[in-house]
Amino acid sequence: MSTPDLSVHSLVKRFADHSAVEDLSFSVERGSFFSILGPSGCGKTTLLRMIAGFIAPDGGDIHIGGRSMQGVAPNRRPVNMVFQQLALFPMMSVGENVEFGLARRGIGKADRRRRSDAMLERVGLAGAAYKRVDELSGGQRQRVAIARSLVLEPTLLLLDEPLGALDLKLREHMKIELKQLQAAFGTTFVYITHDQSEALVLSDHVAVMNHGRFEQRGTPQELYYEPATAFVAGFVGANNRIAGQLTGGDRELAELTTSDGWRVRARKSAAMRVNDLVEAFVRPEVASIERDEARLPASHTRHAGRVRSLLFDGANSAVLLTEEASHFEFRVALPQTGQFADLKVGERVFFSFDPQRAICFAAPIPGAPQA
Amino acid sequence: MNDALSQRIWQRRLMLTLLLAPALLWLFALIVLPHIDLALLSFRARSAPRHYQPSLSQYDTFFTEPLYWQIFVRTALLSALATVLTLLIAFPIAWVITKVAQGRASTLLFMVCLIPFWVSETVRTLGWLILLRQSGVLPALLVSLGITAQPVELLYHNATILTGLVYTSLLFMVVPLIGSLESLDNSLIEAAYDLGASGPAILRKIVVPHAAPGITAGCIVVFMLTLGNYLTPTLLGGKNSQWFTELIYTQFIVRFNWEQGAAFGFLLLALSTSMVALGLRVSGQRFVDVMRRS
Repeated sequence: MSTPDLSVHSLVKRFADHSAVEDLSFSVERGSFFSILGPSGCGKTTLLRMIAGFIAPDGGDIHIGGRSMQGVAPNRRPVNMVFQQLALFPMMSVGENVEFGLARRGIGKADRRRRSDAMLERVGLAGAAYKRVDELSGGQRQRVAIARSLVLEPTLLLLDEPLGALDLKLREHMKIELKQLQAAFGTTFVYITHDQSEALVLSDHVAVMNHGRFEQRGTPQELYYEPATAFVAGFVGANNRIAGQLTGGDRELAELTTSDGWRVRARKSAAMRVNDLVEAFVRPEVASIERDEARLPASHTRHAGRVRSLLFDGANSAVLLTEEASHFEFRVALPQTGQFADLKVGERVFFSFDPQRAICFAAPIPGAPQA
Repeated sequence: MNDALSQRIWQRRLMLTLLLAPALLWLFALIVLPHIDLALLSFRARSAPRHYQPSLSQYDTFFTEPLYWQIFVRTALLSALATVLTLLIAFPIAWVITKVAQGRASTLLFMVCLIPFWVSETVRTLGWLILLRQSGVLPALLVSLGITAQPVELLYHNATILTGLVYTSLLFMVVPLIGSLESLDNSLIEAAYDLGASGPAILRKIVVPHAAPGITAGCIVVFMLTLGNYLTPTLLGGKNSQWFTELIYTQFIVRFNWEQGAAFGFLLLALSTSMVALGLRVSGQRFVDVMRRS
């Protein structure tokens, strides 16, 4: 096995009132797209800035390309960063922006020009070298920022939520473009974001970060289908969170009762005891909805509810129900068949879900930090 | 309908005229008119009592009398030097206030720069006299430290004038620099650093180009203030180092030769205008951009 491009060993960073990064160790394989996903304030920016060298860690070490980065200044690291606001130099043309790093390495003008032109062509901006930065569209600027970094052939490219400033349509487009660029260049990308959809779509591996620690690391599929903690289940993808007390079940399935008396069943993530405070997570697409109770699978517990609101969003349409007895709000994804296109607010419907596909965690200890 | 519209336009014009009137009046009565009169004065010579005729003799005197043009050149050179020194001292100050100090510390530092200017320039300059004169604080300190055997006279040197001028001008350089450095996004500096630039390269390629309008604005203001300063060179330079403004004063007040004084005044105006034009040309700045910063 080749040495990983990035490996982090027991990294620690504390600020006056809290610790931003708490004893973190991980490594990123060569050529992969690695995302760090977490809410704002989880320490992901601090982590990225430590890798880039802008912040010195309080403990631990960072190896890039197998070399320790202790005491290595940002301008000497084989790492480049795409900034959140891109930070293109407005006083320079597009070509000068791309050549900036090469010029700092003392590469001659002709060679610089040749490499910068070739790089601009690869990112689909051939002939833009003489344009001013403010003449470019948001997506083009994004590509200049990436070109400016990749022309230096870094071991690692760090991306600090570079899509955050773009509007939705362009963001969707740039997601695909980023993934294709990464595949074409084969450079290792470390990408931080608070947008779970960006992380899931782009990455080979994702780490979910919360309070300076990784809650879980894995492929996007693992995070989505096999969340390791309640935080991951709640943060990645849409989920119905049902908090209650364990009132029964067997070794595999938990039965929990909410404070309003609603009983549901879900697969246990770990051993639990009766009366434990627990949380069950049910994805909206795991539940089925029917007008006729008998059409729901007999093996699943059936629940009755009323339509509270219709959340039409094309292929992602859902309906918000309130369970009849407890008035618990529950979100169910609507099937694509158009069968429920005429659903009305207030209508009585039935829903159920496979308890094997719902997952139950011990509730976070009250008072413990919560996202 | 149409009448009402035209009436409203007329009203708006009247309003605008009234609002601008004080400024226009001030500009015309106190700046344009006196200058026209001074220009006329400078281009005439007295041929007999109460009898004048057009002449270039005032300007001729300036070029033929070495004392005059030597003081003129010296004033220009010292002003340029004072401007450069002020820039070199003000830049780190502005940098610390905008980029290093955070929050309250930054405000406090700016106040420290500002507070001396609450005291009148005369009093501040007299303060320099107390510090620098032969029986003053600094010469006594030098003696007690054993650096000089006798108290030395620190007044009446070119360096003394420069010190006074830089001190007086500092704020006028710091303020435009703060303005232009504040608008410099820190991530640009980080990005340059990240792309392999060293400190001096970041200063040369990113900071100075960004701050150029502010630097030019500060230099223009300081140069003009220094060139036209009367008090500081007179008090700190004494008779050894005359400033061109002192010549103008002498012609008007002592010699009562208004014609010669007016000619000197116009020469000083020509000097400051051409230096500003030169400065803009050299730094590649547009006057409009620079004025927006100052």
